[in-house]
Amino acid sequence: MGVEGIGARVARKEDKRFITGSGRYVDDMVVPGMKHAAFVRSPHAHADVKKIDTKAAEAMPGVIAVLTGKQLKADGIGNLICGWMVHSKDGTPMKMGAWSPLAVDRVRYVGDAVAIVVAETRGQARDAAEAVEVTYKERKAVTSAVDALKKGAPQLHPEADGNLIYDWELGDRAATEAAIANAAHVTKMHIVNNRLVPNAMEPRAALGHYDKAEDHYTCWTTSQNPHVARLVMSAFYNVAPENKLRVIAPDVGGGFGSKIFIYPEEIVCLWASKKAGVPVKWVADRTESFLTDAHGRDHVTEVELAFDDKHRMIGLKVDTIANFGAYMSLFSSSVPTYLYATLLSGQYAISAIHANVRAVYTNTAPVDAYRGAGRPEATYLLERVVETAARELGVSPAELRRKNFIREFPYQTPVIMAYDAGDYEASLEAAMKAADYAGFEKRREKAKKAGKLRGIGMSCYIEACGIAPSAAVGSLGAGVGLWESAEVRVNAVGTIEVLTGSHSHGQGHETTFSQLVSDRFGVPIDSVSIVHGDTDKVQMGMGTYGSRSGAVGMSAIVKALDKVEAKAKKIAAHLMEADEGDIVIENGECKVAGTDKSVPWFQLALAAYTAHNLPGGMEPGLKEGAFYDPTNFTFPAGCYICEVEVDPDTGVTEIVQFVAADDFGNIINPMIVEGQVHGGIAQGIGQALLEGTSYDPASGQLLTASYMDYTMPRADDLPSFSVSHQNTPCPGNPLGIKGCGEAGAIGSPPAVINAITNAIGNNDLTMPATPQTVWKALHAATKH
Amino acid sequence: MYSTSYHRASSVADAVKLLKKAEDGKFVSGGMTLIPAMKTRLAAPSDLVDLRHIAELKGIRISGKNVTIGAGTTHAEVAANDKLASVCHAIVHMASHIGDPHVRHLGTLGGSIANNDPAADYPAATVALGATIVTNKREIAAEKFFTGLFETALKDDEIVTGVTFTAPAKCGYEKFRNPASRYAMAGVFVAKGKDGVKVAVTGAGEDGVFRSREIEAALTKKFEPSALEGMTVPSKNLMSDLHASADYRANLVVVMAKRAVAAANA
Repeated sequence: MGVEGIGARVARKEDKRFITGSGRYVDDMVVPGMKHAAFVRSPHAHADVKKIDTKAAEAMPGVIAVLTGKQLKADGIGNLICGWMVHSKDGTPMKMGAWSPLAVDRVRYVGDAVAIVVAETRGQARDAAEAVEVTYKERKAVTSAVDALKKGAPQLHPEADGNLIYDWELGDRAATEAAIANAAHVTKMHIVNNRLVPNAMEPRAALGHYDKAEDHYTCWTTSQNPHVARLVMSAFYNVAPENKLRVIAPDVGGGFGSKIFIYPEEIVCLWASKKAGVPVKWVADRTESFLTDAHGRDHVTEVELAFDDKHRMIGLKVDTIANFGAYMSLFSSSVPTYLYATLLSGQYAISAIHANVRAVYTNTAPVDAYRGAGRPEATYLLERVVETAARELGVSPAELRRKNFIREFPYQTPVIMAYDAGDYEASLEAAMKAADYAGFEKRREKAKKAGKLRGIGMSCYIEACGIAPSAAVGSLGAGVGLWESAEVRVNAVGTIEVLTGSHSHGQGHETTFSQLVSDRFGVPIDSVSIVHGDTDKVQMGMGTYGSRSGAVGMSAIVKALDKVEAKAKKIAAHLMEADEGDIVIENGECKVAGTDKSVPWFQLALAAYTAHNLPGGMEPGLKEGAFYDPTNFTFPAGCYICEVEVDPDTGVTEIVQFVAADDFGNIINPMIVEGQVHGGIAQGIGQALLEGTSYDPASGQLLTASYMDYTMPRADDLPSFSVSHQNTPCPGNPLGIKGCGEAGAIGSPPAVINAITNAIGNNDLTMPATPQTVWKALHAATKH
Repeated sequence: MYSTSYHRASSVADAVKLLKKAEDGKFVSGGMTLIPAMKTRLAAPSDLVDLRHIAELKGIRISGKNVTIGAGTTHAEVAANDKLASVCHAIVHMASHIGDPHVRHLGTLGGSIANNDPAADYPAATVALGATIVTNKREIAAEKFFTGLFETALKDDEIVTGVTFTAPAKCGYEKFRNPASRYAMAGVFVAKGKDGVKVAVTGAGEDGVFRSREIEAALTKKFEPSALEGMTVPSKNLMSDLHASADYRANLVVVMAKRAVAAANA
């Protein structure tokens, strides 16, 4: 490996601009004549819209236009869609209710947009938005998915009878029920996975610009996948044909999934720009972000895990109710199905698995993929029930897991996934060693003397990344293929641009992708530029989510590099009158192996473009593109161990140790990977200890709509993490990498909760385990 | 935020004059509660009259055990005052734990008590210390000053100019923070002085700061944490919200009182 090649801890190229405040985000974009928008939003969780009177607002200072859903519909703008078709077990397609970018007849959650105001300044737009008089007739609201399924619950969409979107199943129900009936032991649990608000540092924003002269639209937006945004906006929302719509996602300050989806605001800003004749910018404030960013998780599950008399897992039965909120967001349907139930085998050989999932409308913000998307829900479920089973069976949690680990690969699970490689024992061993698991009882005794309750918990997670083979996801209902594209452009003097369909919003692609090129040609990473996030610059691509930019995005770059290298070698061989097979490219030179003949890289590039002396019939230039379609998901896995001390007087949990042992396959930049793990664990600990989203059940108002009530993890909530890597290279892609972006958030919550329940001696504990929750659980435990 | 006009008062008299001229004006002295309320459009004063730059409201004066803190003194200035620490360490400790560094460098003593946020720290300190609130019109005993949630005995054009108290022999303050906002969910200031034991609780009461007579009685017998062992205080009239039920708050009041006594005796 070179100093800047694969495996090197290279400092992030992009950090200088980020940490000096010189990044360029959507809100930094200025277009001549640009005006500002504010949305009029429903204060009610559920109501009929009787009348919208815009007269007073139109008369306010600086107001240019006040536009409503009726006008939007009249202009033929389409409804928002969910792009993944899931069928119920009776074969009927999912029941998708209409989601108009601006609500026309009915609002279904607090924050639902009903009108847009365009004004000279942001302040004027907001003032005028308050002056728009909307007459509502309130309806009863329902916020819990369990309640929404009950007879007599308020109905959200005429398309979805009983608020049920689908009733889906996976696996063999009969075999699973038989295994449970014949089991030596069955562990049963009721598991709630708490709803989370994504809280990207940069709120969502959109700038729509209709150019009348060119009859062309440009949309700057906070997107993780600008090409998909363009595709969906032109194909479904009728905003403009693709060739007349440019989508730019510049620097984006975090997404965590929430910026994958197409939201009403960017569509409305584009439409309003044409309608009002001015470029229109909208930037969410934090309250709007809380109310309208797609939330994550929100599952309620009954689970049964059956064991034979040798403590082998023989059956897993899962019945989940998933809250989808008021509308089906872009990929919502796939999250509690193909990204959740398919991972329920975990790291274990379980002979029979059955999962039933009901997706339900409620009067809350739409729910969609959030860091981990389905896999944290599966992991939390499985790892809590496995730990609980160990306690019930009176065996060590590590031994019970070991006994059931999958040890031969490839392994076909009963729930679609075929694991390609892994060594779960290695991560378990590494984590237990790093955590000094054996010394825990001594530490517990010591803590007891200091008045603290010490507990330890583990979690052995598996997840599926790099989504995914296009034909496979197509057969499961995906509306898109999930390949990735790359183009490698060697410039005339040898500097290199890589155009990638991946999108970086914190992941460090400008560094890691450059390292690939540096590794291949021995050029410094400073001579490599990564171009992304602009549909006018970059060929069609699928964007960044599902930890796919390494396994899929970089694989596309590798394919393009292969083509560039092959052509470069042909040119070099021709220039040095050598055999193509003898050419090696390293340290910025093309050499003939075993001789002192060489051509510097820049000269070779120049030769390709002057084209004065190329091999006969060769086209000039040195630029190649590639599309890469993965052959399988990738399967990162690992073991997390958490150790806590609980203060019995207050219920405060302190995480005194957190160990992560991950197998991500090969690693391009260990420092960036560790950063991803740290961030993921912080989010996982956030879910486990701090982050609770609360809607008032009667009014449907979001009670946790600011940082006064929604607790984000802060540095002093977190311990110093111990992170290590085990490596079974992924056989499915050229780099052998699996992906690391979500693992931390997937693996950590059950480890934390298993540790706390171990400390307090009460397994009946829900996330977030706030001081009050833990204190009450402890109180309940000591009462018995 | 709605548009508002900002005025920087040069003296207390100037501040009163500026407020009188305003259509719907408000004094601001740090704005740690008011500005967030304005940003979310829950408050919309036409004019803000800033008291933070009035020289006569600044500074800490100590004579023997007698302490005067100017209303315009920031929490950071209180927290960094060594002389005050040697006379009354608990109030310095308390000021050093208000909010975060930004808040401590902007927020002031006067702003805190005049706003009387039920989760603010200073109300507990002033009540337990038996402090006197000095205004541009009169002097008010702290206990009479705080009259309810965000309500005080202040008249519209009355400005807190400072707080005076005599440092007690022993005092301590401990708070339990709301995990999200990090305001006090239960903050207990204990003081043992010539008037006996006073225990003031912030963050927990439905009507803001209050004295816990139960804890005072127990600590009067013995000013030790052990005096509160196994004790419970009534949860009636305590706040109940997402983060803490009244029962949990009642528990926290006793736990924080114990820790405050331990700190006072340390």
